[in-house]
Amino acid sequence: MSAVHVSTKINGDDVEFVCRPDESLLDVLRDRLGMTGSKEGCGTGDCGSCSVTLDGRLVCSCLVMGAEVGGHEIGTIEGMAQGDKLHPLQQKFLEGAALQCGICTPGFLIAARALLERNMDPTETEVRYWLAGNLCRCTGYDKIVRAVMDTAKDMRKAAAKSSAKKPAAKKSPAKKTAKKGARHAA
Amino acid sequence: MPLDANTPDLRTEFKSVGTRPNRPDGVDKVTGRARFGADFSAPGQLVGLVLRSPHAHARIKSIDTSAAEALPGVKAVITYKDIPEQEGCDKDVLVNIMARGTALYDGHAVAAVAATDAAVARKALKLIKVDYKVLKHVTDVDEAMKPSAPVLHPGRFEPVDYNSLETASHVSGKQETKTKTREGSNIAGRYVFGHGDVDKGFKQADIIVEHEFKTEATHQGYIEPHACVASVSSDGMAELWVCTQGPFMVRDVCASLLGMDVSRLRVTPSEIGGGFGGKTTVFIEPVALALSRKAGKPVKVVMSRSEVFRCTGPTSSASMWVKIGAKKDGTFVAADAVLKYQGGAFPGSPVEMGAMCAFACYDLRNVRIVGYDVVTNRPKQAAYRAPGAPMSAFAVEGVIGEIADKLGIDAIDIRLKNAAKEGTVSSYGPTFGPVGLVETLEAAKAHKNYKVKLGKNQGRGVASGFWFNFAGNTCVSINLNVDGTLALALGTVDIGGSRASMCLMAAEELGIAYDDVRAIIADTSSLGYNDISEGSRVTFSSGLATIKAVRDLKKRMCGRAAKIWGIPEDAVKWENGAAHPAGANAGGFDPLSIKEIAAQASATGGPLAGHYEINAEGAGPSFATHVCDVEVDPETGAMKVLRYLVVQDAGKAIHPSYVEGQYQGGAVQGIGWVLNEEYFYGKDGTLQNAGFLDYRIPVCSDVPMIDTVIVEVPNPGHPYGVRGVGETSIVPPLACVANAVSSAIGVRARTLPMSPPKVLAAIEGVAASKA
Amino acid sequence: MLKVKLGGTLVNKAGGRTEFEVEGANIMQMLRNLGRTCPELEPMLKKGVSVAVDGQIYRDAMLQPLGPENEIILLPRMAGG
Repeated sequence: MSAVHVSTKINGDDVEFVCRPDESLLDVLRDRLGMTGSKEGCGTGDCGSCSVTLDGRLVCSCLVMGAEVGGHEIGTIEGMAQGDKLHPLQQKFLEGAALQCGICTPGFLIAARALLERNMDPTETEVRYWLAGNLCRCTGYDKIVRAVMDTAKDMRKAAAKSSAKKPAAKKSPAKKTAKKGARHAA
Repeated sequence: MPLDANTPDLRTEFKSVGTRPNRPDGVDKVTGRARFGADFSAPGQLVGLVLRSPHAHARIKSIDTSAAEALPGVKAVITYKDIPEQEGCDKDVLVNIMARGTALYDGHAVAAVAATDAAVARKALKLIKVDYKVLKHVTDVDEAMKPSAPVLHPGRFEPVDYNSLETASHVSGKQETKTKTREGSNIAGRYVFGHGDVDKGFKQADIIVEHEFKTEATHQGYIEPHACVASVSSDGMAELWVCTQGPFMVRDVCASLLGMDVSRLRVTPSEIGGGFGGKTTVFIEPVALALSRKAGKPVKVVMSRSEVFRCTGPTSSASMWVKIGAKKDGTFVAADAVLKYQGGAFPGSPVEMGAMCAFACYDLRNVRIVGYDVVTNRPKQAAYRAPGAPMSAFAVEGVIGEIADKLGIDAIDIRLKNAAKEGTVSSYGPTFGPVGLVETLEAAKAHKNYKVKLGKNQGRGVASGFWFNFAGNTCVSINLNVDGTLALALGTVDIGGSRASMCLMAAEELGIAYDDVRAIIADTSSLGYNDISEGSRVTFSSGLATIKAVRDLKKRMCGRAAKIWGIPEDAVKWENGAAHPAGANAGGFDPLSIKEIAAQASATGGPLAGHYEINAEGAGPSFATHVCDVEVDPETGAMKVLRYLVVQDAGKAIHPSYVEGQYQGGAVQGIGWVLNEEYFYGKDGTLQNAGFLDYRIPVCSDVPMIDTVIVEVPNPGHPYGVRGVGETSIVPPLACVANAVSSAIGVRARTLPMSPPKVLAAIEGVAASKA
Repeated sequence: MLKVKLGGTLVNKAGGRTEFEVEGANIMQMLRNLGRTCPELEPMLKKGVSVAVDGQIYRDAMLQPLGPENEIILLPRMAGG
């Protein structure tokens, strides 16, 4: 099997790598690029620990081939904080003790961000079903769901504040973040 | 009074303890920077893979590794021959990590390879030729006890007369014609606990309820598969990076299996992605070391999810019989139980602990529990959160639920009437000190969830649970940095936020800010021996040692202040983060803060540190009461958990958020055990559901918010009153949910899991009997 | 004299006897004397047992003082998850 050369964008940065055709995106991220924030809990798409975004869409990176990401945009946990400023979800997970061992945390954060980019006002049921593809064995999910709901509430407040300041701003906060969801593609 | 407890000064007023600060390892864990087992790599490392038996039971006639060895890129192939038996090693562990002569279960390691990459290693595994003679197998505990069952370890366990066993008369009711086999049996042990005279007791009963129960094996289900990197140098020096609950255990066991001096092996624990007891033994670690020794290069071994299911320890499956007699007013007069736990291919199922916990919640004059430890062709069981207790509680609490229903007594009231309290002679022997079961029952009864009116097809269940809690060997060091901040070195792996709790206790004891203490988990060469992070012992034991290490440091700091002031050491006291003259007679000196003492340390005698080493005792038991509401769909048998309440005694909650987290996590693991989780073996004895798709642990949409109440009945064995909290929370849920289902559908399901088809069959059974 | 009760497997090993009277000022001495009184128990005692003293379970504290007023119960060695 000869290696494949791939040019892609990860967390906004241009990245080039070579991989064998049978390597998953998760293998590439972890073993070739040293980005070990995405975790392998099953390798079969059942646990969600390896969740990343591919052109803004939530995927299990263990189910995506490394060779097929050329020209696409990948978002991983390593790109979630902006510099030393944590994403509001990261901050809320930390404050709300929404992690115990922490192995599933990167996957939950990526999945939760994808939810809030589409829906800034999810019900508890919507949160629970959206996150049903991510397994956590420590927390019983209680504090994770609370952290996501609390973050959504804060983000809505912040959005309301900023739209009150600038009445000309885009009217629907949900739409605004939906666009932001595709920021890796921008 | 325990020899080493510091009981006179049980603290009740706290500044730091009881607050909820962010954990010190938190930012790393939300940014993906934290390094777990598989995140370590060593320069030039090889990839190690293990070849596993596809048969449940087979004699290994020969293993031919020549073709694999000849494959370019393969640097080492090992079999049991490369791990010769060492004097004094644990033979069962040795045989479990690599089969010797017989493969005892589907997934049993047979050989291993190390190669330059995963593709080559996979290819090499396929080139290893193993000639098996398939033997008859047995995976069910009741079947394994019968004289007709294939014997796993011929000659090891004494032959038993099957018809003389409690199991034959109590449970199966059938007499076997063949009663003994010459090869011995699969019964590795029989254990009896209890006191009084049960036969006499039952004669006083107005009502007697007895039933059989069965639970399937469930896996701890940690999301992080086992992983390690081993590096053995040609001079015999070795390093191991590994995710484990017990780095010192890994070091000592690996050294003993591989014939190494303990001092040569340094084990560095990674962050651990869940354990729940499943990472309290070794599997791939000695194999990786043996591969590295042979290849002369570092070797990384990471298990796949299917390997985790097939060959690491789930807990036992159980077959049980419970009989309880009560007076009309609900007073229990006698209790009797037979518990049969299979623990996989080796002795050591947690049946003794299941037996000891079975009736521990109740004050019983006449009680007897018989337990059988049985071997089968399944992976060697490993500890799983309160090992053995959830199953026996499922049976006992189920019978109690039925007695309450039949007598028309409230489920909490009947438990209050019989609850164990201080002075109760426990069913397993010792007399209880101060314990909090009554407090949990009262708090559960007062909770709003207990007053919610139930609708159609809905039911409520109640169950209580007990766990001993352990303590054990613990070493802690605390170093004062030049700026007055502190470095706290712990030897107990942090599974769920314990570093935060240790920092809180250190800050409390010193009277300084939480952020001024940084806790790390040390490697095995930096501290003395620490027992495994197990048995709900960490916050208790490492907390105790942290407090004592800080007191040691405080004494030294007071000594320095005394030198600076030129007054006797005992004229100095420590208060609010500073040394003060102990009274007016000591002199009118301004306090010396920890920062000032640290700045002058070098000039006043050198660096300052405190440390403490102890084999801690005095972990107080923790009791819990759970209340659960479910709704059952009569069309499909599917059930939904509507509300769930955990009330548990924490002694003192150091970081309440993580205490709640333990309550919630344990409850949901227990809910999974009831709803879906089970090891499913085919007719050929191979595991049919070795993946998260088919072995279904609860997902977010399966459960509601888990309400918690932290009860605090201080443990006199800890300076702050701490009790372990990690395990008790999984003890009541099996019975609690089962009791709720019974109340919803009017029939008692006594086999776990209660998957929709089973519930539906039970509903239809009721309907048929009414028709 | 200390009164020592046995629990679990230990009873089987001791041939059904559940209670012993032995001398000893601490757990180590008590176990040593118990092993002498009942040699059948020796292997189990060497392997390690837990000792409940007035309800407090000790797994290793061999120097824990004991007196005739104590409730002493030998239990199988326990481990957690």
